[in-house]
Amino acid sequence: MDYSQFGAMLPELIILGIFLIVFCTDTFGGEGARKILTPFTTVLFGLATVAIWIIPSNAEPIFGGMYVDTTACKAMKAMLNVGVFIVLLQSAKWTDSDEVAIRKGEFYELMLVTLFGMYLMISARHFLLFVIGLESASLPLAAMVAFNKKHYESHEAAIKYILTAVFSSAILLMGLSLVYAFSGNGSLYFDDIRVALTGEAPSGLLIAALAFVIAGIGFKLSLVPFHLWTADVYQGAPTAITAYLSVISKGSAAFAFFVIFVQAFGSMYSVVWEWMMYAVIIATITIGNLFAMRQKNMKRFMAFSSISQAGYIMLGVMTESALGLGSMMFYIFVYIVSNLAVFSVISAIERKTGLVGMEDYDGLHKTNPWLSFAMTLAMFSLAGIPPFAGFFSKILIFTSVTASDSMALYMLVLVALINTIISLYYYLLVVKAIWINPGEAKVEGFRSSGAERLALWICVAGIIFFGLVPYIYQYCVDMALPMFN
Amino acid sequence: MFSNLLIWFVIVPIIMMAGLACCGNSNMKAIRAVMVTCSTVLLGMAIWLVCEFLRLRGAGDTSEMLFQGSWMWYEPLNIHLAVGVDGISVLMLLLSAIIVFAGTFASWKISPLPKNFFLWFALLSTGVFGFFISIDMFTMFMFYEVALIPMYLLIGVWGTGRKEYSAMKLTLMLMGGSAFLMLGLLGIAWHSGSAGVPEWNILQIAHNNSIDPSWQNLLFCFTFVGFGVLGAMFPFHTWSPDGHACAPTAVSMLHAGVLMKLGGYGCFRIAIYLLPSAAQELSWIFIILTGISIVYGAFSACVQTDLKYINAYSSVSHCGMVLFAILMLNQTAMTGGILQMLSHGLMTALFFALIGMIYGRTHTRDIRQMGGLMKIMPYLGVCYMIAGFASLGLPGMSGFVAEMTIFFGAFEDSDLFHRIFVIAATCSIVITAVYILRVVGKLILGPVQDEHHLSLTDASWWERLSTVTLIVCLAGIGFFPNWINETIQNSFVPIVNALQAAI
Repeated sequence: MDYSQFGAMLPELIILGIFLIVFCTDTFGGEGARKILTPFTTVLFGLATVAIWIIPSNAEPIFGGMYVDTTACKAMKAMLNVGVFIVLLQSAKWTDSDEVAIRKGEFYELMLVTLFGMYLMISARHFLLFVIGLESASLPLAAMVAFNKKHYESHEAAIKYILTAVFSSAILLMGLSLVYAFSGNGSLYFDDIRVALTGEAPSGLLIAALAFVIAGIGFKLSLVPFHLWTADVYQGAPTAITAYLSVISKGSAAFAFFVIFVQAFGSMYSVVWEWMMYAVIIATITIGNLFAMRQKNMKRFMAFSSISQAGYIMLGVMTESALGLGSMMFYIFVYIVSNLAVFSVISAIERKTGLVGMEDYDGLHKTNPWLSFAMTLAMFSLAGIPPFAGFFSKILIFTSVTASDSMALYMLVLVALINTIISLYYYLLVVKAIWINPGEAKVEGFRSSGAERLALWICVAGIIFFGLVPYIYQYCVDMALPMFN
Repeated sequence: MFSNLLIWFVIVPIIMMAGLACCGNSNMKAIRAVMVTCSTVLLGMAIWLVCEFLRLRGAGDTSEMLFQGSWMWYEPLNIHLAVGVDGISVLMLLLSAIIVFAGTFASWKISPLPKNFFLWFALLSTGVFGFFISIDMFTMFMFYEVALIPMYLLIGVWGTGRKEYSAMKLTLMLMGGSAFLMLGLLGIAWHSGSAGVPEWNILQIAHNNSIDPSWQNLLFCFTFVGFGVLGAMFPFHTWSPDGHACAPTAVSMLHAGVLMKLGGYGCFRIAIYLLPSAAQELSWIFIILTGISIVYGAFSACVQTDLKYINAYSSVSHCGMVLFAILMLNQTAMTGGILQMLSHGLMTALFFALIGMIYGRTHTRDIRQMGGLMKIMPYLGVCYMIAGFASLGLPGMSGFVAEMTIFFGAFEDSDLFHRIFVIAATCSIVITAVYILRVVGKLILGPVQDEHHLSLTDASWWERLSTVTLIVCLAGIGFFPNWINETIQNSFVPIVNALQAAI
């Protein structure tokens, strides 16, 4: 075996390296090492993030074409890394709390393993590798969801998560075995499947196969109707994990979804899965929005908001173009910073006071003006209000979807646009609680820790500048182009 | 980029926000200093722009838009930051600058959180100025939404009455309009571009004129309804009375004075100009709707007792008149429509400023609980009467010029349908007189209702400054409408040509 091929997997190797370093430090370093583990891991990961941004991608497929680190894959990994870095910053204080401090090594190790799995999902061009990535991205997450040992909600959430994850894997594998039957020459390479499926008539079996695959990955993305675990898991999990689940896990799955459905099932677009995704997207956006309106717990609220955001992300899949992939990656990146800004505020307040209800945010601006300011910007960004980044990511993805001049897609965009109004309503409820609702503030004024503030500053800078400065979108589209040449 | 004069209309408000952000939270002196400096600079720039524009036109520059500049923004989608002005946008910029200037003084004593108030106020003005200078549909839409969202917090935090309800209603309705608008713009952009590249530049789209007629009708409905919501077109006007009634003074001024003009301007610049054949075909639907707006708004104003509701409904009626004029699709009526925008902007701003001042003293806006204000605060009383006369179209004031022009233009269409609606619209002048004189008679001239009011003071210097600015402009248009005519005359040529080519 030619070991030099591993050199092409540089991003994965970096993550694996960090994992090993953290693991050894944690296991053999003793008490002293555990004390500095948080800053150590965070700084190390920060450096890795920078490294992954700057290393060149390797467009040569390796392992016989199972794995390829195209420019788009590498850009996506780098973006996810930024998100993970922010999550690490905002969870720094939490990992030092009494309950978690002794196990914080595990927290970092599990997180790095899941990230490794997501990297594989992104780069996989063979269903076997994809499933390996998916599993190693899902199963450790269940342990992370259960990280608050003493809270039964956390356990309940973990059980829910693991059951749905396993169930969805089973469905996905069922779908893949059907796909395998279609591929003729017994190959699970994306390219081979596309070739084999070209010209295939839409039989019941093929529809079932694709429906199973959509369902399997849809669980991960919490697309409606596979979203039922989301709210409970988001609510029960520790806030840092919720943040991680809502952006990183979702972002990687969305990208993998795009790659699979363009590279493997691209020829079936108009025949089989266009209308499936059409229905799923409309249901996801609408139902996510309608349920979000009624939520009183901020974490549940963000769960439903993230369901509807996943619907917007999936709009990119309907385009099947470099423009669409670029817009989708840009959307994910903007979604990462906006959502993490919200979670930074939620976790800071939860850590200080234990409050997560929306009514607890009443009058927050009187005691914590900066947190209020950041939360307001983040809500505006999620709702798609200019001049914040969320506006641009929404409009750009809409623009790329309407490029195909099909009336059906125009109507899809219309539904999405109308749904932005519904989402605006509930995002404004948070803004209203913070700025308008009368009464004394329930959260006392406090100063966040340095890491939390840094996380929030990164997010706020992203919210303000990602849209106004066109380079990131340009970068995403440029990176996406080679995949379609 | 920075050598272009127009771009400074956006930069100055941003500097204003940055300056405010540096001020202390309750350091009123610093906050006022920043606001007054920047709004004066803006006003100065606007006046200078008008002079420069007239000079260039006088020197024989006949290009459609002056001061053009275009900078690539999002290259993959061909989105530019493109600016340029014709006579109409120049006047709209002037109007906005005047009202921002007056609004600053009208909110001299705002509380609580004065800094945040002015921050959002500055963001609102960024949106307004940006909208009028843009000739790229994407940036235009972006600025449009920038102007809408601060309303939520401005009304919700600093408003009065049922402010939470009104703020939410206003925001959601306007954003709902902009959802339809966005789809319309997307359609226009993709259908006038070529080879997978959308075209966002208004001049280029009008020049290409390549949108398929069957798409035009759909897109026309989307864009006209989208902008029409902000123009308070029936039946999408219901945000307007609640929103205006609950908003703080300066916000009502800016909203009724300028923001509602965004709707009219957008209908004119995008829906009519870019989709001329649909405009010819479908204008009748919107003529009916705006006709209803005009009459219904006026009747509603007659029965209200809250001063702000009266003016909000009167705005529905007057803004309906703007859209109505634009829909007549001929130059005279459109000229009237633009005049009406200016006139209504200044007059409503004056009204809302006065109502805010009166409310600040009497703490009520109910006309049944007040009276004889002329005896108590003669300055404000006189101003109120002047605003009223402008509203009912007394000769010598701007309203007269605008409405006369609209009706002259509207009579050019000689078919029965147009006649019926023009006559109905004309009747609204009488109804306007009814509700204006009713208020003036009771509120200003009638007997004093409340003994406590006798001790109230008349206007302070900053209130006088705010009102005098507006009154001078109102009378200016009334007495010298010609220079406005000259400024905007050439701007109609491309639009009218496009419309005639589409018959």
